[in-house]
Amino acid sequence: MTDEKAPAEEKKARPEAVDASGHPWVRSIRAALPDTVVSAKEFAGQVTVVVQTEAIARVARHLKDAEDFKYCVDITAVDWKTRAPRFDVVYHLYSFSKNARIRVKCTAADGEEVPSIASVFLAANWCERETWDMFGIGFSGHPDLRRILTWEGFNGHPLRKDFPLEGIDTGAAVYPEEWPEGGGPSQKDSNRKVVS
Amino acid sequence: MLPRPPQGGEGRGEGGSLTDEKISQAEKDEAAWFAERAKAGAAAAEASAAPEPGTLFDVQEMELNFGPQHPSTHGVLRLVLKVDGEKILEAKPDVGYLHRGTEKLFETETYPMGIPHTDRLDYVAAATNNHAYCLAVEKLLGVEVPRRAQLVRVVLDELQRLSSHLVWLGTSGIDLGAVTPFWYTFREREQILDFFEEYCGARLTLNCMRIGGLPFDLTPGWTERVSEFISDFPARIDEYEQLLTDNRIWKKRTVGVGVISAEECVEWGLTGPIIRGSGVEWDLRRAQPYECYDELDFVVPTRRNGDTYDRYIVRVQEMRQSARIIRQCLEKLEPGEIRGKVPRVIKPPAEEVYASVESPKGELGFYCVSNGSNKPYRMHVRPPSFINLQALPRLAKGHLVSDLVALIGTIDIVLGEVDR
Repeated sequence: MTDEKAPAEEKKARPEAVDASGHPWVRSIRAALPDTVVSAKEFAGQVTVVVQTEAIARVARHLKDAEDFKYCVDITAVDWKTRAPRFDVVYHLYSFSKNARIRVKCTAADGEEVPSIASVFLAANWCERETWDMFGIGFSGHPDLRRILTWEGFNGHPLRKDFPLEGIDTGAAVYPEEWPEGGGPSQKDSNRKVVS
Repeated sequence: MLPRPPQGGEGRGEGGSLTDEKISQAEKDEAAWFAERAKAGAAAAEASAAPEPGTLFDVQEMELNFGPQHPSTHGVLRLVLKVDGEKILEAKPDVGYLHRGTEKLFETETYPMGIPHTDRLDYVAAATNNHAYCLAVEKLLGVEVPRRAQLVRVVLDELQRLSSHLVWLGTSGIDLGAVTPFWYTFREREQILDFFEEYCGARLTLNCMRIGGLPFDLTPGWTERVSEFISDFPARIDEYEQLLTDNRIWKKRTVGVGVISAEECVEWGLTGPIIRGSGVEWDLRRAQPYECYDELDFVVPTRRNGDTYDRYIVRVQEMRQSARIIRQCLEKLEPGEIRGKVPRVIKPPAEEVYASVESPKGELGFYCVSNGSNKPYRMHVRPPSFINLQALPRLAKGHLVSDLVALIGTIDIVLGEVDR
């Protein structure tokens, strides 16, 4: 087993991204929806296609109907903080007949809405809600875009890079006016706060 | 006073021979009893005075909070139900009570430091979480895992699958009133946890894998003890099956409850035993083999009806297959390296990968984005429980409130993973 695999593994030892604009799936998107594909690459056998933000729902529909990517694995986002369109919205789709995954990405500026694909894949519903909750990226056309992991009325979006790791004072935790003798945070602790 | 229902399965007393004829006769008797009871109930309702106008007896919709502190939700799941009497018109899950910001924590710590956090996702199956995380980073680095480490990882994964399914079997049995299997399943789970403890010192939060391999080699005699346990295990599964598989109460609570078709499973993104219970032979260990699953001989069990009972059968069959896998791996095990060539400071190229394993609940994936530093720029978890839970309103619609308990059990959620 090891002998057969050896050459392939040596090549894999230093994985590098290669251009994948000639990949059949990318060509298929290009043919059906011209001017939607921005770029395409392949890394470690995984194809990533970057598409125009406004076309994401159409691309998802095309991949589902024409290319048989019927299973929406996951939707999430990446916050690049200083980059011009601030966020990447990342979709993972899987095809049972091809036994393969494709990653579709689009960009989103702060406050920009991305077309929802919840009407294409039922599974996208909660994933988009989570992305909204964690990053504050809105999805236009989503049937029920509410927060999911934090609560309604929570201020901020925790997975943004500028959200503090130690959290924010939400007012949900109430501390007694005075700590019992020897209890509570140290007097020198800058985080010590007294909320009645 | 209504007559008592006929005692079913008289054959059990005679050496346990329960023939089809006896079952069908008993079922007929019981159906007749139910019909009689329904008639008596209707007559009683007619006899009583009709509700006065203005009362709410004709409109019975109401909202019911189910959880978050409810034993059958296996954690802190809250469901807002709209019910008409006992019938569920709508169920809205409300999650997030256990949200700890794990994905945020990943971003602030180096790659190896992320592994213990994965233990706290699906805390019933820590080994598969460790595995998925390590696979993602290994893919990013292009590291090859040595053969011995691959085999031990598979053994740990499958032991974890057994223990997770045992917890599921015991607790979902209790949810439906079958208390006995719980004591049997936890007896075996205890042994599995002892194996984990012997290997890595922990019983639940294992932290038992490292990027590129394993933290420790096996302790002397570990493989013998595990193989002894495994050779005994199929007989133990027979014991559970004896308690449940042909149990008429169990069947009445599970057959035809929460039916979902294969197409709908795909549409909802359901994975794991749920999609296999609906007839799709899809298992990541077979579809996209990782480690050495491609050289192991095992069957992916499937059923066709897609109801709670079929998902139960699929999980039980999976336990049998896991035992087979462990036995094969232990036979193949040879001395050797347990860690691949991993640099001391892990700094992967600025790229992104998605890697997933077949966890006991379904597809568990990690999406890792690197910016070339020693910390992940973004680490996203694709938890099977979260996605599977999404279909609960679809499954619960039209069922009774008591069936909801069966449905929460059949999805097999762990809230640590749902809320992260």
